[in-house]
Amino acid sequence: MAADVVARDVVDTVLGFARTLRAAGVAASPDRVEAMLAAVGSLDVLDARDVYWAGRLTLCSGPDDLDRYDAAFTAYFAGERPRPTRTAPPEQQIVSAMAPLTEGSGEGDQSSDAQELAVQASAAEVLRHRDVSELTVAEREHLRRLFALLQPASPMRPARRRRPSPVGSVHPARTVRRALRDGGEVTRLLHRRAAPRPRRVVLLVDVSGSMSPYADALLRFAHAAVRARPSSTEVFTIGTRLTRVTREMRLRDPDKALAASGSAIPDWSGGTRLGEVLKAFLDRWGQRGMARGAVVVVCSDGWERGGTELLGEQMARLRRLAHAVVWVNPHKGREGYEPLTGGMQAALPSVDHFVSGHSLAAFEELTGVIERA
Amino acid sequence: MTDPTPPVQDLPSDLSSPEKLAAALEATGYLPDEGLATAAYLALVMHRPLFLEGEAGVGKTALAHALAEVTGRPIYRLQCYEGLEASQALYDWDFGRQLLHLRAAEAAHVNDNPDALEASLYDRRFLLARPLLQALEDSPSVLLVDEVDRADDEFEAFLLEVLSDFTISIPELGTVRAVTPPLVILTSNRTREVHDALKRRCLYHWLQHPDFDREVAILRRRLPEVTEQLAREVARATAKLRTLDLLKPPGIAEAMDWATALHTLGARDLDPDVAARTLGAVLKYREDTERVQMQVRGALFGGG
Repeated sequence: MAADVVARDVVDTVLGFARTLRAAGVAASPDRVEAMLAAVGSLDVLDARDVYWAGRLTLCSGPDDLDRYDAAFTAYFAGERPRPTRTAPPEQQIVSAMAPLTEGSGEGDQSSDAQELAVQASAAEVLRHRDVSELTVAEREHLRRLFALLQPASPMRPARRRRPSPVGSVHPARTVRRALRDGGEVTRLLHRRAAPRPRRVVLLVDVSGSMSPYADALLRFAHAAVRARPSSTEVFTIGTRLTRVTREMRLRDPDKALAASGSAIPDWSGGTRLGEVLKAFLDRWGQRGMARGAVVVVCSDGWERGGTELLGEQMARLRRLAHAVVWVNPHKGREGYEPLTGGMQAALPSVDHFVSGHSLAAFEELTGVIERA
Repeated sequence: MTDPTPPVQDLPSDLSSPEKLAAALEATGYLPDEGLATAAYLALVMHRPLFLEGEAGVGKTALAHALAEVTGRPIYRLQCYEGLEASQALYDWDFGRQLLHLRAAEAAHVNDNPDALEASLYDRRFLLARPLLQALEDSPSVLLVDEVDRADDEFEAFLLEVLSDFTISIPELGTVRAVTPPLVILTSNRTREVHDALKRRCLYHWLQHPDFDREVAILRRRLPEVTEQLAREVARATAKLRTLDLLKPPGIAEAMDWATALHTLGARDLDPDVAARTLGAVLKYREDTERVQMQVRGALFGGG
């Protein structure tokens, strides 16, 4: 009887703790909580250290969870009650993600010209070549639909894994299996061949203030790329901080995906620290494998607030890791553009393809560059 | 092909708590901290795979070998890489020998019963067991799935299936089930995010570089010929190197290499000259070596 009471106490305590942990942002799913109960059962229930480890080993799934776990553990076992519901993400951040779209560009004084043109020629054809920073709200709306139709293909790389194929080298296992069926006589040679696989594409999109007229279009391009190849495309935003938005970009609907990314990006329209952020990307993700052999696309105007030495250094490092480095600068589409900013000067020696990204036509060209990279 | 419900296996009494397991591991020269010892203990008693993540060189793979030693179990290691196929992880048929067998049967004129002949081709002796199957057949065992983050998504999904019920079905032979589930250690350097479904099956532990005292103890234990003085100085310098924002911060393995290199050169302590000559044992990037030699050489090795 007493043992029953103790057991129920433990279950309640663990469930309450799991709720606190979920409120802190760790996805402690029911099967994980069950595992924690089993783990507590294998250790000493009354020892706080044992309970700490039982929970940490079963409820956490990555280094990012550990700090949250520690905080929740201290809070909960110091007597704080679990919060009943998860707090909703702040709304205004979602609005800020959409801001470049709904507010227009502030440069819409050409709108009357554009509307006249639209009457004369196919609206789509004209929009394809217009600079996205100079569009009216209505034109952006139209372009948005065109963006959804963009289908960036991914570059391919040779693979080790070989699959049955009518041509290629002889597949001994299949040939012999066939021969065994035919009484041990090799009547036909069966073949196999390595099928090329998609190469990883990593998009680094600058969302700092100077890029804000283009960030929406670039993120839409990124969304189209992720939709086309969800498993081999990664998207990060860069500005004052590095934010991985791949997961948000996997949402099917482009507007929802952008809104979700917007609430994940803490430094929307802030400053630029390209060198530092690129270093963070390479340290945390790139060198460990994400940039290795990948096509890395940096979408930025190269406007670097600090010194450019670090940026040059990190770009050189990126180039040694990546299969190809593509730099997309929306200003390149402007007539008479020269890459004179310090950031661009520092980066260009390590860039394989330098392209513009200011219009839908430019993005179509960019998909070709990525595919052939 | 064995009993469908794996019996709960009692641990030997010298491993019956995290502290006792830690002591047993220490006896083999592996010095775990409290969290790691608890993780390994729970993996043993709960029959759950242990997912170890952390920088290269913090001793993830070494733990699997140490656990094999203290439990007296055989260890099977599967090194993951992109394009790893089921036939390299599970089993493959030895088709050459199958063909020979068929020819021999033909020569002996025993092929009057084709069904029996075909059945004899898919005999266990023509099956080449790869690490996963070996670990199940030879249970209880230790299965090390090394650098699982290098394998691709398809392989992860396949691994999930095997680790869920510790059975492998071979169409021509039947199902192989482990009597006792093997102790599974999965390691990852975090080059890629491993799918959550796989992590959910496992206990998760993030392995960090050891603190100063533990690192000295590890160096002393693994390299008894190195003096206490040298071990302490190597541990202190290695810890400092880890704070310098290097491309590849040194792990325990590098610290051991360094201590060995210094000892081989006859060094009794870490003076700047001999340290500079042996930096190649700890630092594996030219940029790192330059940074250390130019900026912090004096500060790093100066003073005891």
